[in-house]
Amino acid sequence: MAEVIDARGRSCPEPVLLTKKAVATKQDSYEVLVDSRTAMQNVTRFATSVGYKVDVTQQDDDYRLVLRAEG
Amino acid sequence: MSTRNQRILLLVTGLVIGAIAVALVWFGNPKNMGFCIACFIRDIAGGIGLHRAEPVQYIRPEIIGMVLGTFLVAAGAKEFKVRGGSSPVLRFVLGFVMMVGALMFLGCPLRMILRLAGGDMNALFGLAGFVGGILVGIFFLNRGFTLKRTYTMPVLEGFALPAGVVALLLFLVAGASFLFFSVEGPGSMHAPVAIALVAGLVVGALAQRSRLCMAGGIRDVLLFKDPTLLLGFLGIFAAALVGNLALGYFNLGFADQPVAHTDGVWNFLGMVVVGFAAVLLGGCPLRQLVLAGEGNSDSVLTVLGMLVGAACCHNFKLASSAEGPTPNGKIAVIIGLVILVLVAVLNSELLKKKVGASSGKGAAQAE
Repeated sequence: MAEVIDARGRSCPEPVLLTKKAVATKQDSYEVLVDSRTAMQNVTRFATSVGYKVDVTQQDDDYRLVLRAEG
Repeated sequence: MSTRNQRILLLVTGLVIGAIAVALVWFGNPKNMGFCIACFIRDIAGGIGLHRAEPVQYIRPEIIGMVLGTFLVAAGAKEFKVRGGSSPVLRFVLGFVMMVGALMFLGCPLRMILRLAGGDMNALFGLAGFVGGILVGIFFLNRGFTLKRTYTMPVLEGFALPAGVVALLLFLVAGASFLFFSVEGPGSMHAPVAIALVAGLVVGALAQRSRLCMAGGIRDVLLFKDPTLLLGFLGIFAAALVGNLALGYFNLGFADQPVAHTDGVWNFLGMVVVGFAAVLLGGCPLRQLVLAGEGNSDSVLTVLGMLVGAACCHNFKLASSAEGPTPNGKIAVIIGLVILVLVAVLNSELLKKKVGASSGKGAAQAE
């Protein structure tokens, strides 16, 4: 089961920081929940830059990001 | 949007805002103050009579335009989300303190860039302080600082600010007799209402789409080595520099700079306060105004904190002038720093860790 990071409602840059803290544990996959497009874009940009592939699905007002380590 | 497109949008946004700022000076705004969130909110505080500093009273249409531009574009992009409840009163206090710092330096981070692009070397002290304040803020972010999450609010909550600025615009256009207008000083210098309003609309719309943030630009480079937001910052500087050179506004030096003083220590400390507060709030004054237009009621509270803060800055003689900082202003900046440290410490994990360590157990849990 991928670790779930619930960053919904957090102001900038907390969603990215929480993601950064989580990926330091070097798991193969994570799930990040955010509730704004800005946070979704910021987390995607960060996760991509540190070598994760990001799949985004929208659920009502929330975004669910699945991060998978590439390679 | 891909990272590349985000970066292009930010650079373009920066260039356009820098150009608009210089154009607004040409149309009548004070030099190096084509656009300034802190100064313009301060002028509005005076315009509605919250303070009686006669040289700085005007209803700045740029602020009205920014709120409406953000609101309309966010609504069109389905990004108008009414949220709130993330420590609203603390955000009001942080907005207040941020304004105390900005009026010590005489400008928000946006005007700091415009002052640099106009050759005002005093702003270098401000920039150093801003970076310093951001570093202090990052220290607390890395230790779990948070004002906690927001929640969905009733939609009407998000309409209050746009409706409020429309009312202000109507009062301005109708020339309401209860408003205050400077007859001399910076408040008397302004671009025509329609031009200023359109400029605000464009800036608000672009800032909303690009997520432009002065504090975020420097913060993300230091925290994540991500230069995306910094491109907006650099774009503003580049376009304003070229514009100032072309129109003859550029004047390199420390002395006799428009609406500025030469006290390096207090220029520095004022912007330490702004940078620190901006990181705790999650965005600079410009970004707070944009978030407020997008329906974030915590940011509305922050903007109201800035408005009340600006009024108090003039009522209590805290704001600097071209002659320099005031004794009261220096005391207020120190108190502001103390407040920021208290808010940061009490909302981070610093104290929790100390408790865990001193009791000899639970330290691992705190990690």
